[in-house]
Amino acid sequence: MTGAFFLFSRNRLALVGGIVLCLVVLLVLAAPILPLTDPDVTNTANRYLPPLSEGALLGTDHLGRDLLSRLLWGTRLSLAVGFAAAAIAATIGAAIGVIAGFYGGRLDNVIMRGVDMLMAFPYILLALAIVAALGPGLLNALIAVAAVNVPFFARNIRGITVGLAHKEFVDAARLSGLSRPQIILTEILPNVLPVIVIAMSTTIGWMILETAGLSFLGLGSQPPQADLGSMLGEARAALISHPHTSVVPGVMILIIVMSINLLGDGIRDALDPRLKSGALSRPMAATRVRRQAPAPEPNLEGILTVEGLETEFHVGPRKLRAVGGVSLSVKPGECIGIIGESGSGKSVTALSVTGLVASPPGVITGGAVRYRGDDLIGAPYERLRAVRGREIAYIFQDPLATLHPLYRVGDQLVEAIKAHQKIGTEEARGKAVELLRDVRIPNPERRISDYPHEMSGGMRQRVGIAMALANDPEVIIADEPTTALDVTVQAQILSLLDDLRRSRDLAIIFITHDFGVVAQLCDRVAVMYAGKVVEEGPTKAVLAAPRHPYTARLIACVPELGGGRRRLEAIPGLPPAVDRLPEGCAFAERCNKARSACREGHIPLAQEGDRAVRCLFPEEAPAREAAE
Amino acid sequence: MGGYILRRLLSAVPVLLGITVIVFLIMALIPGDPATAILGSYATPENVARINRELGLDAPLWRQYLIWLGNMLQGDFGQSFALNRPVLDEVLERFGATLILAGTAFVLCSLLGVIAGTISAANQYGWADKAITFTVLLGISIPSFFLGMMMILLFAVRLRWFPVSGMWPIYGARDAAALISHLAMPAIALAVVATGVIARLSRSALLEVLRQDFIRTARAKGVHERSVIWRHALRAAMVSILPVLGIQAGFVLSGAVYIEIVFQWPGIGRMLVDAILRRDILLVQGGVIVVAACYVFFNIIVDVAQSLLDPRIRT
Ligand code: SF4
Repeated sequence: MTGAFFLFSRNRLALVGGIVLCLVVLLVLAAPILPLTDPDVTNTANRYLPPLSEGALLGTDHLGRDLLSRLLWGTRLSLAVGFAAAAIAATIGAAIGVIAGFYGGRLDNVIMRGVDMLMAFPYILLALAIVAALGPGLLNALIAVAAVNVPFFARNIRGITVGLAHKEFVDAARLSGLSRPQIILTEILPNVLPVIVIAMSTTIGWMILETAGLSFLGLGSQPPQADLGSMLGEARAALISHPHTSVVPGVMILIIVMSINLLGDGIRDALDPRLKSGALSRPMAATRVRRQAPAPEPNLEGILTVEGLETEFHVGPRKLRAVGGVSLSVKPGECIGIIGESGSGKSVTALSVTGLVASPPGVITGGAVRYRGDDLIGAPYERLRAVRGREIAYIFQDPLATLHPLYRVGDQLVEAIKAHQKIGTEEARGKAVELLRDVRIPNPERRISDYPHEMSGGMRQRVGIAMALANDPEVIIADEPTTALDVTVQAQILSLLDDLRRSRDLAIIFITHDFGVVAQLCDRVAVMYAGKVVEEGPTKAVLAAPRHPYTARLIACVPELGGGRRRLEAIPGLPPAVDRLPEGCAFAERCNKARSACREGHIPLAQEGDRAVRCLFPEEAPAREAAE
Repeated sequence: MGGYILRRLLSAVPVLLGITVIVFLIMALIPGDPATAILGSYATPENVARINRELGLDAPLWRQYLIWLGNMLQGDFGQSFALNRPVLDEVLERFGATLILAGTAFVLCSLLGVIAGTISAANQYGWADKAITFTVLLGISIPSFFLGMMMILLFAVRLRWFPVSGMWPIYGARDAAALISHLAMPAIALAVVATGVIARLSRSALLEVLRQDFIRTARAKGVHERSVIWRHALRAAMVSILPVLGIQAGFVLSGAVYIEIVFQWPGIGRMLVDAILRRDILLVQGGVIVVAACYVFFNIIVDVAQSLLDPRIRT
């Protein structure tokens, strides 16, 4: 009951559907006690009375019968037949599905083959064949409609039963000595029942339509008995001269089926957890921007500067602050590493630069991202698009997921080139081959017509790099580009990136969770924790003498620099959830130097020469005042 | 590729056999003396004897089936007693008209459905999405035969844009223009429901795809949002939309029965209904088998199209 309440409070259309359906059902249930004329009494003197005539609210039909009365009785019949067909199809289909799914093996095989055969028929054809064999009549039409829907139920329920048949509680029941029919009744059935009900609610409208359809064709209810379909069928002869006799039953079918569909959609939506979490939302072309304050004044130098960036995820009423005021900068020819655990906000920072954070739920709520002094946050879409790939290009992790699976890599490269350069396809193709050669892919003329799934992981990542280079960008943001690769390939890719940076004077922002990689490639490094930079400085200096306890622990986890993958999760404890950030230092929970002062209020990033650290009691540091 | 098509064609053989078995079994359901039931009011003693001989009705069921199947394989679907002509001739003649109608409706619903679903997904929760979602709901709730009747009232009777019914004008040339003006209303009425279903599924298929990593890559390349949606996302979504198109083709073929009745279209659906009402069982049987076989082949075409679309399933 509360479930139904939540459903309706969320979905007003489903509520409307439910109310209308209830009204219709109540009305037709009351038909026997309403002051209606007999639906079958003919009165040829009063043929085709228009609606609102005296004594006939909706008019009369070709035999002078009262349309309102016929409508209510016809609706009663149609609803009953529709529900009965759905119930029969569900019962038989579910029984077949449960047996096939539970017993499995040969029996399952034979049954499902049969079901597939039945589904190979165009739907109504099978119904027609059955009616042809049994002869026209409402009962036969009902049987036909139910029969053709059995395979649908059987297939659905079988799938679910197969899943259940191997669950622990079923095994337990088996061990306790229950027979198989007993297990089906006591363990399986209660679990598939909800699914059966949902499947029924989505097909019942369809079955009402189908039985009405058979009656419309004259194969269902036979005169004088009439359901909505046969009323419409009889009225068709007078469609042009007396349209109201057709409109009345037709509109009724529409109302019933529509309200059932609304209700069914509402039920389905209410049961789909993905809808609630917003996981079915489509990410927009650029991240939404809702800056709480004007952009900060520029005070960092570099071709790309990030200042006070704040990015949040708005999920329902919750606001998760993924990036909480990050500042960074990078100069041409420089490589800066951002290092942190998953969830530290390093990728979100990188994606925020050109508005690529999925939105919804992402929202940029503050800060500035300046490319050559120009703020990109809140820039119009066309400006962002001109920057993306042309000025600032990305290399992503796992190119099997980040390259389009259905286009040849050459076509994807050509597209990247033509997105920013007005050249012909042939010329772009030539350039694409060159790019593949630049990233040291052997046989580029041949590989260009490969699909991503035909390449090795290392080759795919080279394609990803080639794509990033396609328009000679100034800045490359590489988001864990080597994480999915094995150690040798990883080393090759890193040295390739290093060469490219030197030969093209590229600025690189390199995101990773691996200090080894940082040591190989990056001039400077920024360590992120819970959405904030906690330490920054030249790579060598930071590695030699980490100031933040977190950095020190990270480095301690890497016994040999550059020695492959090492997971940061080796540090005990977990980073705090970004919607429940503690007061003061976010690392306090896991820090063995934490004191009470650490948990009191904001701790600034203290600059000291070319290094910066966000800690009250940094490692091996000259004594400093705690306050300030 | 050629190998794939061949294997797919071979796999259709058991399905086709299954279809004949099912039709045969359904017909075996007919209560009472089959020959009399098949012949209905045409059951003269000579006809009954002939049917019994044709179908080998004194033999066991499986023998009967084999005889029946053998006859069909030789193109002998029996004789329609009501029309007094070979079943196959009548079926093929009628089926042409149905193919024109259902084919047009199928092209319409595929194009409109996919386009509407894509626009809807691209503008999720925007006014276009809401308008399309509501129209779709209306479209899948209205019985096509009722919609057809209302279209006749409005567009043929009131506005006089199209002829009321039929496939060809009673007088005048049987040219393309005449066909199109007769075809327009029934094809649209037939396409509406399938358009709605396809639009719905296309919308959710696109929403699914739009959250994937390669879409972000396309955006990061600076590809215009228009081609992100219509090239990248739609192409990937087509992989899950295509099978839906295959299924909807079956519904369009089914719905043609109603539309042919409403618009007096001389197709196989109308023939089937007439045949059922006249108890012309052999004609029903032949019609059902030909249409079902055609649908099986159509699904092979869909599968082949699918393998062209997705290089990962090509082997
Ligand atoms: S501020 Fe305190 S709790 Fe935080 S890292 Fe420094 S010492 Fe540890």
